[in-house]
Order: sequence, then C-alpha cells, then structure tokens
Amino acid sequence: MALNLKELSKKPELLSPGHRACAGCGSVIAIRQALMAVEGPVVVGFATGCMEVSTTIYPYTSWRIPYIHDAFENAAATISGVETAFRSLKKQGKIKGDMKFIAFGGDGGTYDIGLQSLSGALERGHDFLYICYNNGAYMNTGIQRSSATPFCAATTTSPAGEVVPGKAQFPKDLTAIVAAHHVPYAAQASPHNWRDYIGKVKKALAIEGPTFINVIASCFRGWRTEPTTSIDIVKMAVETCFWPLYEVENGEYKLNYKPKEKLPIEEWIKVQGRFKHLLDEKYKPLREEFQANVDQEWAALLEKTGDQVQKVAV
Amino acid sequence: MTNMRALTGNEAGAYAIKQIDPDVVPAYPITPQTELMQTFAQYVADGVVQTEMILVESEHSAMSAAVGASAAGARVMSATSANGLALMWEIVYIASSSRLPIVLAVVNRALSGPINIHCDHADSMGCRDAGWIQIYGENPQEVYDNMIQAVRIAENKNVLLPVMTTHDGFIISHTVERVDVLEDDQVKKFVGQYSPRYPLLDTAHPVTYGPLDLQDYYFEHKKQQAEAMKDAKKVILEVGAEYGKLSGRSYGFFDEYQTEDAEYIVIALGSTAGTAKAAVDEMRERGQKVGVIKLRVFRPFPAPELVKAISGAKAVAVLDRSEGFNAVAGPVFSEVRSALYRKSDIPVSAYVYGLGGRDITPEMISGVFADLKSGRLHEEEAFHLGLRE
Amino acid sequence: MSDQAPGWKDLPIGGVIDHAGNSFEYETGDWRAARPTLDKNKCIDCLQCWVFCPDGSILVEDEKMAGFDYQHCKGCGICAHTCPVDAIEMISEEKVGEVEIDEWGVKKSSPPEKGDQG
Repeated sequence: MALNLKELSKKPELLSPGHRACAGCGSVIAIRQALMAVEGPVVVGFATGCMEVSTTIYPYTSWRIPYIHDAFENAAATISGVETAFRSLKKQGKIKGDMKFIAFGGDGGTYDIGLQSLSGALERGHDFLYICYNNGAYMNTGIQRSSATPFCAATTTSPAGEVVPGKAQFPKDLTAIVAAHHVPYAAQASPHNWRDYIGKVKKALAIEGPTFINVIASCFRGWRTEPTTSIDIVKMAVETCFWPLYEVENGEYKLNYKPKEKLPIEEWIKVQGRFKHLLDEKYKPLREEFQANVDQEWAALLEKTGDQVQKVAV
Repeated sequence: MTNMRALTGNEAGAYAIKQIDPDVVPAYPITPQTELMQTFAQYVADGVVQTEMILVESEHSAMSAAVGASAAGARVMSATSANGLALMWEIVYIASSSRLPIVLAVVNRALSGPINIHCDHADSMGCRDAGWIQIYGENPQEVYDNMIQAVRIAENKNVLLPVMTTHDGFIISHTVERVDVLEDDQVKKFVGQYSPRYPLLDTAHPVTYGPLDLQDYYFEHKKQQAEAMKDAKKVILEVGAEYGKLSGRSYGFFDEYQTEDAEYIVIALGSTAGTAKAAVDEMRERGQKVGVIKLRVFRPFPAPELVKAISGAKAVAVLDRSEGFNAVAGPVFSEVRSALYRKSDIPVSAYVYGLGGRDITPEMISGVFADLKSGRLHEEEAFHLGLRE
Repeated sequence: MSDQAPGWKDLPIGGVIDHAGNSFEYETGDWRAARPTLDKNKCIDCLQCWVFCPDGSILVEDEKMAGFDYQHCKGCGICAHTCPVDAIEMISEEKVGEVEIDEWGVKKSSPPEKGDQG
C-alpha cells in the first residue's frame, strides 16, 4: 500500500517533542521520518552526535521506545549486542514476539570513527537497520570536516583561506562501501522525498539481516543556510545529482528518482555559505572539477542501474 | 564427590563459562587469552551451551556488544588481554557507569610497547579506577572458582558492577594443573537466573540508556557507583563463604599464608603468591617467621582488613607486577601504604618485578625477606627486582 | 536546579531514564522568535508541514491539520516555507497580539468547523 501522510499521522509519535535539536534541524526531520515507518516493538541504538545529545539530556529523554547510546564509534557493535541478546533470550523462551533494531549515527560516527564497527556488524549479518544521518561534517562538535564533507566545503577544520579553498577531497562513497559487504539492502534517501525515504525504511525493516540507509540531512549552521530552507536544500542536492536516490537490493541497483532536468552543481553551491568562497572567479576550475566529479559519479551509478545518462541542464 | 580435571588456566575459565552458560559472549582473539575463547567456542559448536557468541572485529566492539547485550537484559561474559583491554578502555568505563554486570576474564599480559606477549599486570592495573571489581586468581582452580563467584557478585542488586577476574598470562593460562570442578547443575543453581534491573528489551517499559549527563546529575551517578563498590565488599565475602559451602573452597579479600606469627610479610597478587609460598615454606624450615598475603580482591580495596592482617608484622614488602611511572612505586604499594596511614607505622618496602614476563623465583622472594629483616627498605622508591643494571 | 533535584539515593542507577518521552515536559516553545499561524481557508490538509516539522509540533486531528503545539514549536518556519498553498504565516512573537488566533495558532478568520473556537 502506498504511503500517505493521513495514515502516517495517526501513528504514535515515537520521538517526543521537547528535544533540544536546533530550530530547523534537518537531522531530526530524518530521524522523525524514519520512526514513522516503524510498526511494532523496536529498539534504537545511537552513536554520539547531535541527535544523541539533543534527545537525551538527563533527566529528560525524547525516546518513547527503548534507546541505548554507548559511545561514538560503536553504535553498530552495540546494537549487535542488543540484537544478539534478543536472539539468545528468544531461543531460550525467555522473551517472545518479534522485535526490530535500528542504529543511528551521523556521518562522523559512521563514515569515520564508526566504520570498522559498522563493517563488522554488517559482515556478521545481524538483523538490524543502520541509518546514517549525513550532514557532511562533525556538526555536534562545531562543524569539523569528516570524510563525508563535500569537496571545497569550508568547515572549521577545513576552512577556506587565502590559499586553501576548503576541503581538498571528495567524500568517500559509503553507500558503495556498505553495498560491497553484500548486505541484502542498502539505499540513499533524502527527507524531502519522504515517501521514498519512509518507504525505504519500511522495506529495510521488513528484510531479515543487515540493512543500511544513508540519508542526507541538512544542517543550516554547518551549511550556512537558512533554517526555513532545510528541506529545499536537500531537495536540490538530489536535483543536482550530488545525492542520488537509489537502492541496492541483493546486489541489484535501482535508481529511485531521476531529475527531469539535472541541475548544475552550482545551483546547490551558491545557496550555501560553506561554498561562498567557491563563487570567486578564480575558483571556476574547482567548480568545474566539482561538476565533473558529480557527472562521473552519476554516470557510474546510471551504468549500474541501467538508466540513461542525462546531460546537465544549463 | 570431587570431580578432578587437568586443565590449563584458560581451559578452567572456559569450563566455568560453559557451566555458567551465559546468554551472550562477544569475543576477539588475543594472546594469551585466545585459547580461553576458542575452547569455549568449541562448547558452542558442540551445542553444549545456549550461548550466542558474537565474533566481533575488535575488542572495542567486543566490549561495546557486551554493553548492548547486557543492557538488553542478557548475562554476558567475555575475555581479553593487554592491548585488547586497552582497546576496550573507553567502553570499560561505560559498562561500569551503566551498571552492567558483565564478567570479563583478563589474562594478564604486558601492555605494548614494545610489544610483549608475556605476563605482567599493567593491563588490569591500568583500569583499576574504571569502576570494575577486580579479582586476581593464583592458579587454574582459582580461575574457575573466581569466574563462577564473579557472576553472583556482579549481578547482586546492591552491586550491579562489572567484574574482572584475572589470571597470569602463560604462567597460569597455559599451565595444566588439577582443577576440582563442580557439577553443571551445581553451578547453574549457584549462579541462578539473571534478573536485569532495566532490560532494554522490555518494550512495554521503555528506558533510555546512556543519556547526556551534565553538571546537575553526573556527580550523583558517580557517587552511586562509589557506594556500590563499598557495598560489594559485603557481597564478595558472602558469595565467597557460600561458594565455600558448595565447593569446600571459601574465599575472602585475601589469603593469609603463615602470617599469624610472621615478623615479615610479602604481599603479592596472582601466581607470584604461589612462588612466595614456596619461599616461605623453605624459610620456615629454617625457622624464619615469614608469611605471605595473596591479595585477591584489589577493587574494592580491602584497606582496613589488610591493615589488621599485617599490623603484627615488623615490616612488609609489596610486590608490584606493574610499574607506576609515578617516580615512586607500583599501584599495589601505593594502596597498601595509603591504607596504613595513621593506622600503623609499620614500614612498607616497594618492589616492582616480573615486567614483560621476567621470571620471579622463590630465591628472589627469599632475598626480599632478607632485605626486610636487615632493614634494607625501599620506602621512597621501588626496587626493581630481577632487573639488570 | 541542583537544590531541588533528587539526591544520589533517589535517582535510578546507571544514568538510566525510566520515564520514556518525558522531554515532553521540557518546553522548547520559548526559543521561538516567530510563531506559525494557520489560515484554515487556504489549508488543504496535505500534512506536508507535519512530515517536515523537526519538532513534532504540527497537531493533526482526524487526518486534518489542527494547528501548532506552541509549547514545543521552536519557530523554525519550515512548515510555512514548505506549505504548498501558503496557508501558514510566521508572525513575530512581538506582534502576536496583533493577530487574532486561537490557542492552537488557527486564525480566527478561518472557518469554525475544525478548531475549538466553537
């Protein structure tokens, strides 16, 4: 059955208001939407990060479901323990019914410090969904670069200066790394396309075994945008093909959204303060390099999904 | 009825875990612990336990999975050594502060660097202040006995702290000795069912583990941990006595050997206590009034009890198998001398020995006694026993 | 806060919070510099505002947009910005008195059928 908001709105809100995420936080939208997909008992594990901090400031918790935060780099290992405990106790008849397990981590806790823990848990084949809410930097500690930070983005540890134009590297392709574990399901999503995203979470939760969703999440503080545009800005990441929506199901790639007109990356760059320096004429070659990288990644993806390559609309 | 087996320290540990039959065991190999977990893995493979193992990709993940499983409501055990424990470090503190009664066998090995696979106590001593109960075993029999008691101590509702049981790498882990084991059902009955305080899997009563705990409450939670460590003292003695009734082997905070009339006492942990007993036997034959205290429980530290036990002696030597790097002495010495402050003016002499598996012999310990008797005391700075100048 | 808060003997151990969702008691509404208001005449109950609200502060009753939870709404303005029919207007907190809205932020000019204004 197709998802519709009227039906979803009748379900209990699993994340209580009163959390202390910034007004207009894109990550908490991604968390909230993921929870809209949940049916039945679920346990959530969290890596240290913005969402962990802002939803559980003692003595308050926003979680209406069981929740565990252990440390920064080990959300996947921790949920492995929870899930294994469930299997053990169920096998012994000490617990009944079914249960789902979701681990959340930001890009710092997933692409960087938590990658080993994630890889281990994926390889072992635990029955859990890992959702990386990817805002492209260590926002919780004050906008430091991560391996998910876009090319040339200015962060506090990759600032744009007189001679260095922000981050020197392109982000690693974590979704591909996860897919290389041959897990049954890995996908990329964006909260602006809630139907696609919530549908993916539902799908992932229904699959037995390790599943993964990499969801782009805006951070107006780190991206230097307006809080009101938190949804627009991730939509544009998809329209420029910086953040394609696709899924890998049992090794088969499927494109979930193809922009009618593939927008130039400049359209996304120019509305974010973190790329402000790039608009300088002297950095035209860098903008071209950025565009070339997007085009190359997009073409490579289309080759895997069997879709046609689109030219950038100019 | 005795049920005697020839087991290495690691096999004795694995046998204890088999009989305890925990719900979850995360494990990662490291010398000299490896044999313990691979012995246990065979029990799992043979279907003689219900345990689910998690064969993680690092010790950090082993302790992380242990935290997740224990919070979920499972009985959890694991084992490690040296660098493995060091890699767990961050989560070792989270386990204790989350009040999760995990039992971890630490097969003592020197910490890198330089890398060394042999015994010293730098690994477990390094996390002596991590909020874990620490019980040091002397021989394979104690490895077995301590692990069974550890489950009861950790899970006691007045304690709810994780427990490390340690044994010396290679010296005990790989040495075959006679081990008197209990019947499976005796162990099962002794450890009982685990009833977790806040099981995460109780979805009808959702709880939040690991919140951000700032200035207003963190301090109170630390006080709770400190109090639990105090309460653990009573529980350790109760469990040790009850285990004695079951097995014929009672346990306390420490073991006193020939100390009643001893003028000179050596305090040591682990297998060295056995070496020291041999030295004492030999010296007693020559009419020397010497004795040994084998300190079994290092956390909580049994300060008043230890002071009482040594107060009749003329001098005491503390043998530390780890360096304190504090320009004074090792951690056991610091604790013992601190315990004596304003209680007794008995001199305490500091020794550091056996680092990286360097041998210690009964003759060397006889030499320590000779030092004590002749007043060659090392009160300001530890003497490094068995070191080449 | 520390003076009234429970002492160590009265707190659950391990830092566990055993009151699920109790952050509801924590009102983030006072962060707000501007508040969303709803024109029911324009609203098509598409619930885009609900699905994009970071704070779960869009009230939905019987599949219909019913207003805002001002105790928690932080005033980010995403709802107003994403509304496809411009039914939500942000009003500065300083000027709230100048607009006739009910306690859920529904403009009084809206038809009465959905609100509590009877």
